[in-house]
Amino acid sequence: MADQQMNGSEIIIKALVNEGVDTIFGYPGGAVLPIYDAIFQQNQLKHVLVRQEGGAVHMAEGYARSTGKVGCVLVTSGPGATNAVTGLTDALMDSIPIVCLTGQVPTHLIGNDAFQEADTTGITRPCTKHNYLVKDIADLPRIMHEAFYVARSGRPGPVVVDLPKDILMAMGTYKNLTQVEHKTYQPRLKAEKNEIEKAVAMIAAAKKPLFYCGGGVINSGLKASKQLDRLIKLTGAPVTLTLMGLGAYPATDKQFLGMLGMHGTYEANLAMHDADLIVAVGARFDDRVTGRLNAFAPNSKKIHIDIDPSSINKNVVVDLPVVGDVGTILDQMLRAWKAKGLKTNQKALKAWWKQIDEWRERDCLKYNQTGTVIKPQYAIERLYEATKDRDCYITTEVGQHQMWAAQYYKFDEPKRWMTSGGLGTMGYGLPAAIGVQVAHPESLVVDISGEASFLMNMQEMSTAVQARAPVKVFITNNQYMGMVRQWQELMHGSRYSESYTDALPDLVKLAEACHWVGLRATKADEVDDVIQEMISIDRPVIADIWVDQKENCFPMIPSGAAHNEMLLGPDDEAEQSGSEEGMVLV
Amino acid sequence: MVVDSTIERHTIAVLVDNEAGVLARVIGLFSGRGYNIESLTVAETDTADAISRITVVTSGTPQIIEQIKAQLNRLVPVHRVVDLTAEGANVERELALVKVAGKGDKRVEALRIADIFRARAIDSTNESFVFEISGATEKLNAFIDLMVPLGLVDVSRTGVVAIARGKSAL
Repeated sequence: MADQQMNGSEIIIKALVNEGVDTIFGYPGGAVLPIYDAIFQQNQLKHVLVRQEGGAVHMAEGYARSTGKVGCVLVTSGPGATNAVTGLTDALMDSIPIVCLTGQVPTHLIGNDAFQEADTTGITRPCTKHNYLVKDIADLPRIMHEAFYVARSGRPGPVVVDLPKDILMAMGTYKNLTQVEHKTYQPRLKAEKNEIEKAVAMIAAAKKPLFYCGGGVINSGLKASKQLDRLIKLTGAPVTLTLMGLGAYPATDKQFLGMLGMHGTYEANLAMHDADLIVAVGARFDDRVTGRLNAFAPNSKKIHIDIDPSSINKNVVVDLPVVGDVGTILDQMLRAWKAKGLKTNQKALKAWWKQIDEWRERDCLKYNQTGTVIKPQYAIERLYEATKDRDCYITTEVGQHQMWAAQYYKFDEPKRWMTSGGLGTMGYGLPAAIGVQVAHPESLVVDISGEASFLMNMQEMSTAVQARAPVKVFITNNQYMGMVRQWQELMHGSRYSESYTDALPDLVKLAEACHWVGLRATKADEVDDVIQEMISIDRPVIADIWVDQKENCFPMIPSGAAHNEMLLGPDDEAEQSGSEEGMVLV
Repeated sequence: MVVDSTIERHTIAVLVDNEAGVLARVIGLFSGRGYNIESLTVAETDTADAISRITVVTSGTPQIIEQIKAQLNRLVPVHRVVDLTAEGANVERELALVKVAGKGDKRVEALRIADIFRARAIDSTNESFVFEISGATEKLNAFIDLMVPLGLVDVSRTGVVAIARGKSAL
């Protein structure tokens, strides 16, 4: 195909379409008007108009995580770009591929404190995987395609392309450069043969192995989850998942021990503590997972499979690092295991499972739903029961409800669970749900929410209506910033400093004012009906579930404690208050 | 595994694309993650391919040094990261311009010491010298210390540049 002459804005649209982008989330403004004009004159690219740029990035994250594609954002210069910063940081922490196009003042005004000027590449340098400022129209096609390549390759992440307005209007030549051969950025995908052989030999020799898997499995693609499933079945080992990894292995399978970490299950955390071999797959030994580092999995050897070499030995020193793509490496391991005809130590594994089953008998997630007051765990468990056989996607906000969702909603498939893990961004869930719904118009998309987080980005309710995205927001309403209150109980003598929200809006009326449907349950026997009604309505719905205001999230490893120092319920909490060292941690 | 907590000093060479913002990326990485920079130098070394060489002297535990290299390698415009300290023998040099003002005996003494250190006087007035001295950081420190009582008024240093010994390139 001959190179085509067009202006910068048209080059951008062309590049987006050639990268397979079908939807872009954005908000117009002075610096990006030429791109909006180009959007107006085409019909290959759908634009979702958001209500604040922060929402646009979370929508793109929801879109990306539920589809495996790169999410795309378009915002204007200055405040448009600075509003996007939280979402970009969120995507960086959770390794979500995003390309964010930001408008910029024309090149001759850069540095002059022009109207709506901000040093966008400077501001976003630490919160993106990479960023570009386009200063010459001749560079534009290459930079556009490189941005997508960098966003999706290796450990995925957000990329910003800053676009001065004169570049958007300049005439240039478009070249389709989708096949990027990058001169410096070429992440290693495949592991060395000897690394693979060592890894499978260590697994075969282990007496108390445990697979600890994270979001890297999901980012690697559906094939990685299938290979993981095969390897787990082949080795007979137990598996635990991080918050980011939920769905990478079926939650209803008996080899799954539940989520691990601060609010993980008793059996998962004790298995981590007692294991003699931990196989970390696409997980990064986050502080929410490890607890106190000097007491973390003290008697284990560790294999760490990750595509990002900087994740290796960052928090925890491991015995065998294996750098590469999780799916590729799991495939290599399966082949090596079969080629060598390896067998596990059946007797030792049997004893290990016996121990695990004893831990399971503690039934650490049990709660008492008695009386009419709705337990939040009950509400989420009922939501799971009502939706588990449907084509359903779940997003969350951040806080207690997020942990309860992780504990009580069982994900059997990857890419069904969208939550802000690394950054912990309140207000993530509603826009993320809209992004998921736009990508999957026929599916059921539920944002499991708390009322405090919901208020942080509720302006996006209006986006949902305009984009015809019938998302459901399932609010476990306790009128507190529940997780803040829980920590104040644990660490600060129950002095509830500013964690109670007086003057909440009437969420049912709010829904109606925004052209949504508002439902409410205040008693336990109303929960099922509200859920059924919520699901049956083909419009956006708020389900305002008034839950027990004082309920806390257990099990819990208090910050600064080890895996075998869990609190299993309020009685433990009364006995054991947090340590001084723990108080300074977050 | 046992974590080694001894602090080591490493000289790391980084080859980068000479493009806008690349130095800010490297410096931002060090400040954002709390790593030390004892010295940092940068200049274009391959004009045909527009590649610059950054020499950074840093210190930390072996685990931190490993992290620094991994994090540097993760930056998109970075071609290569080589830990010269870990790779074997290397030579390190720094250059300083040292201005000493004074009269009489002190002036003579400054010249005498400069001669011992093989520093060259590259500017002279009736009341001052500017010396050029190159060598290891410690040698420069020693020279500058000796100049203090002799009328040291100004110092400009390049920071460390380093290269591996032997015939092979980076």
